Amino acid sequence: MSRFRLEIRVIPRPGLLDPEGKAIQHALHSLEYEQVREVRVGKLLYLDVEAASSEEARGGAEAMCHRLLANPVTEDFEIEVHEAREETVRV
Amino acid sequence: MRVAIVTFPGSNCDYDLYKCVQLVGGAPAFRWHRDVELGDVEVVMLPGGFSYGDYLRAGAIATMSPIMEAVKAFAGSGGPVVGICNGFQMLCESGLLPGALLRNRSLLFASRDVLLRVENTSSTFTQKYESGQILRMPIAHAEGNYHADEETLNRLEGEGRVLFRYTNPEGEAVDDANPNGSARSIAGILNESGNVMGMMPHPERAVEPILGSVDGLGLFTALLSQFSPLGTV
Repeated sequence: MSRFRLEIRVIPRPGLLDPEGKAIQHALHSLEYEQVREVRVGKLLYLDVEAASSEEARGGAEAMCHRLLANPVTEDFEIEVHEAREETVRV
Repeated sequence: MRVAIVTFPGSNCDYDLYKCVQLVGGAPAFRWHRDVELGDVEVVMLPGGFSYGDYLRAGAIATMSPIMEAVKAFAGSGGPVVGICNGFQMLCESGLLPGALLRNRSLLFASRDVLLRVENTSSTFTQKYESGQILRMPIAHAEGNYHADEETLNRLEGEGRVLFRYTNPEGEAVDDANPNGSARSIAGILNESGNVMGMMPHPERAVEPILGSVDGLGLFTALLSQFSPLGTV
């Protein structure tokens, strides 16, 4: 078994009203960042998992997203799998 | 009417529901989220509050509680289930009701009285109301913005599964009267088989004159009328 670090991004589906994103967009506009066309606010989750392979780690994460981490009605998700680095012992 | 009221960590309307069931002459009993059985009850109620601090999404963590398997089985066998506020969020999260409850359009926690128009008076839960009747009761939520895709919304409307809509005093579902941005001003819905209902407003907080409204009583008396009052057969 190896350790993997999963980065899971849960994002409100495009076109869905995202009042928090809207509020941030307005705030950016009031700072004169007029170039901002849209802001959407999601969640970033880091999971430290054990799995036999990165495919297995990803498969598990997909199941977790379907069952709990993302709402299938309103949110999409993206998963990145990273090999966890060997911990270096500092002296 | 024997009613199980499920308490989750962070529930805060469980005692209101308990009192309310007693008030109409029913027999309430608390169940804990870790329980695995509902016991011999005729109705299940999921109360309002902030289960698990609304972490992840309001109602999402609560749906993983052991008791929810029993609630799903109870609903599956046709037992009446009522979810109010956080309870409604749980029912959507668990898939017992369609759609989802998003952050209020205003981004603010909305705590005030609203007016609701009764849209369907043939359901188990609304048969004591008159069609088009305007009810006053409080809301207290930050995630009450009902969302579903167009197809689901059309289906809900077509099958008479929208129970309540936010309206103005004239009974018009105008945008100004919509406190949270809910699609089509929807405040409460019914599942396909008609035995599971969820709503964001709090009928249990509108059951005595001292609370400012008794308009919520009808929901509880409607349920009571289908069972013997104290649940003895």
